[in-house]
Amino acid sequence: MIKSARAWMEERTGLESGIHHFLNEDIPASSGWHQVFGSIALFLFMVQAFTGIMLAMNYASTTSEAHSSLRYILTELTAGRLMRGLHHWGASMMICVVVLHMLQVFLWGAYKKPREATWMLGVVLLLLTLGFGLTGYLLPWDNRAYWGTVVTTQIAAKAPVMGPYILALLGSQDGQIGAVTFARFYGAHVLILPAVTALLLFLHVYLVRLHGVAPAPVETAPPIKFYPRQVFKDTVAIFATFAVLFALAVAVRVPLGKLADPTDVSFIPRPEWYFLFLFEVLKYFEGPLEIVGSMVLPGIAVLLLFLTPFIDRRKAIRLRQRTGAIGVLLLAVIGWGGLTAAALSSTPHRDAWKGFSAEEMAAVGNFRRADCWKCHASSPGESRPGPNLADIAVLRDRDWLVKHFKDASGEAGRSMREIQWKQLASFLPKLDDDNVSSLHAIPQNLVAGALVYQQNNCGACHFINGVGMKTGPPLNGVAKRWDRKWMEEHFVDPETKSPGTIMPAYKFSPSDMTSILDYMMYLTD
Amino acid sequence: MKSSSPTEPRRGFLVASITGLMGIISAALALPTAGYLLGGSKHKRPADWVAAGDIAKLEPNVPEQIVFERIRRDGWKTVKEKASAWMIKTGEKEVVAYSPICTHLGCAVSWDGAAKNFACPCHTSSFGTDGKVLAGPAPRALDRFDIKIDGTTILLGEIRQSDKA
Repeated sequence: MIKSARAWMEERTGLESGIHHFLNEDIPASSGWHQVFGSIALFLFMVQAFTGIMLAMNYASTTSEAHSSLRYILTELTAGRLMRGLHHWGASMMICVVVLHMLQVFLWGAYKKPREATWMLGVVLLLLTLGFGLTGYLLPWDNRAYWGTVVTTQIAAKAPVMGPYILALLGSQDGQIGAVTFARFYGAHVLILPAVTALLLFLHVYLVRLHGVAPAPVETAPPIKFYPRQVFKDTVAIFATFAVLFALAVAVRVPLGKLADPTDVSFIPRPEWYFLFLFEVLKYFEGPLEIVGSMVLPGIAVLLLFLTPFIDRRKAIRLRQRTGAIGVLLLAVIGWGGLTAAALSSTPHRDAWKGFSAEEMAAVGNFRRADCWKCHASSPGESRPGPNLADIAVLRDRDWLVKHFKDASGEAGRSMREIQWKQLASFLPKLDDDNVSSLHAIPQNLVAGALVYQQNNCGACHFINGVGMKTGPPLNGVAKRWDRKWMEEHFVDPETKSPGTIMPAYKFSPSDMTSILDYMMYLTD
Repeated sequence: MKSSSPTEPRRGFLVASITGLMGIISAALALPTAGYLLGGSKHKRPADWVAAGDIAKLEPNVPEQIVFERIRRDGWKTVKEKASAWMIKTGEKEVVAYSPICTHLGCAVSWDGAAKNFACPCHTSSFGTDGKVLAGPAPRALDRFDIKIDGTTILLGEIRQSDKA
């Protein structure tokens, strides 16, 4: 039955003999573990295509819904985090493997005649891979995505003559990005790039077959067949790669940040790690020279890479005879590594909660005061009786939440006032992967200070992190203006410190005084 | 010294390894994918009770289509939408509310005053005032809403699927 079906198929399509022909290719006996990278890259491309399609099954590709649909994937769907994790880490591993593949080809001198075209296609494929990374970065539409892409489009805008046209092509208007840019990036990411990459991959593999796998300088044994020995090595390498990818996707959470906010000036944009070196280069070229860092140097680098087979035309493929090529390679590695390290070390770390308003800080205080943490964990994977707030999105409306707080908090919630419940109910739906840790991470003294601040309605005159009134002085940076002692005396009797002030005196209890002073002294910027 | 073709047992091991490892990778992708595509939302929750009309304004035993607004979770969206129910007041404090969706293939049924039945315009199924199938291909009676009466306000809850006829 199966046999006759196979015969039927073979007679009409030649499928089986085609596969045989493909697998039984002669390869040099020297082939081995060093040649597995091309296969791994091809495998990762297929994983990316698969997980990408899966994500698209539950993703709305518009600025108004992209973020919430991704949040839905992450918090409501079985294996949703896994799918996104595989796609995210797969992209990074793809870059690594493609670069390792090029390194191997370079070190083995496999780009030399007659394989120049194979190499050049490979360089284009590297650029396409980077293009995937660049366009995909925008699609979560969180702050990271938005601000990263703003920087990218602004770099492109500085291109001489072409700048405005590139900007128009990227759908950017007046230095802003929005729905049009998003649609273009999405279209490029899921339609243009996959089609072009698949076509060029096909040509790349075709050329590999045409010229055969590059032999060692001296081949002592007759050629062997591709299948099964080399296929086995490729498969083991692919399996190891997949195991690492799967482990990363399970163990390392890819955060979905706050919804893209063009007014959030506190956000510090950073590109994906493989673009950090370019990001760093821009720091060294200022003013009219900027274009050297953003266009000229990267352009020259890509051109040199592309033309490598023509720059190095010597026939020698033994490493010892190619000291020049090795020197260039080492310089490139050191340059890339140094720039990336410099960019990483200069990346400031800022806890998401540092941007919280007093009301949000106080909400964290009330979360702790009402013992909510006894049932609800706020770090991934921790198990407590109620839903883990790091794993779900809070989607209930405010009335439901307030009722739930009152019903579930028991004794600890008795001292809470209605307004405090309402503030907590407004705060919880704002939790995301970046700031959910605030529920346990903010030092308790600051939280207590924010509670005192809220109870005394300081926000009716003062302003912290974008919330409050500006009748009195805004309090961001207050710790730089005054010291603790001055502040304490000012609370007790404002008139002695700033004559004519309308601020009333506050007779705090000693513990409240300590808390509010701690909170004020933390406001350094 | 490498030989150009592996000996039989070794070849068997290589082929088995290739098949096995590829099988594990496929399974590791296929199983989560099945959960991902078939699992639906992990946070299913019952529909909230929603006010839909006033029982005092209904005429006894005369079906009336009541349109109401409800809030529904639609994938990643929370939508506010119009929905309707066919209501029949069966007593002073009693009312039944049918989903207007034909149990055959989902067309909207409407009350045919002359024939005294609910008629589906698509494949001519018809249902009596008790919801039961009178004619046509419909496999079961009309589905009913859960109902609560608060004063004279009718509150609608989940739609309960009727038993197969």
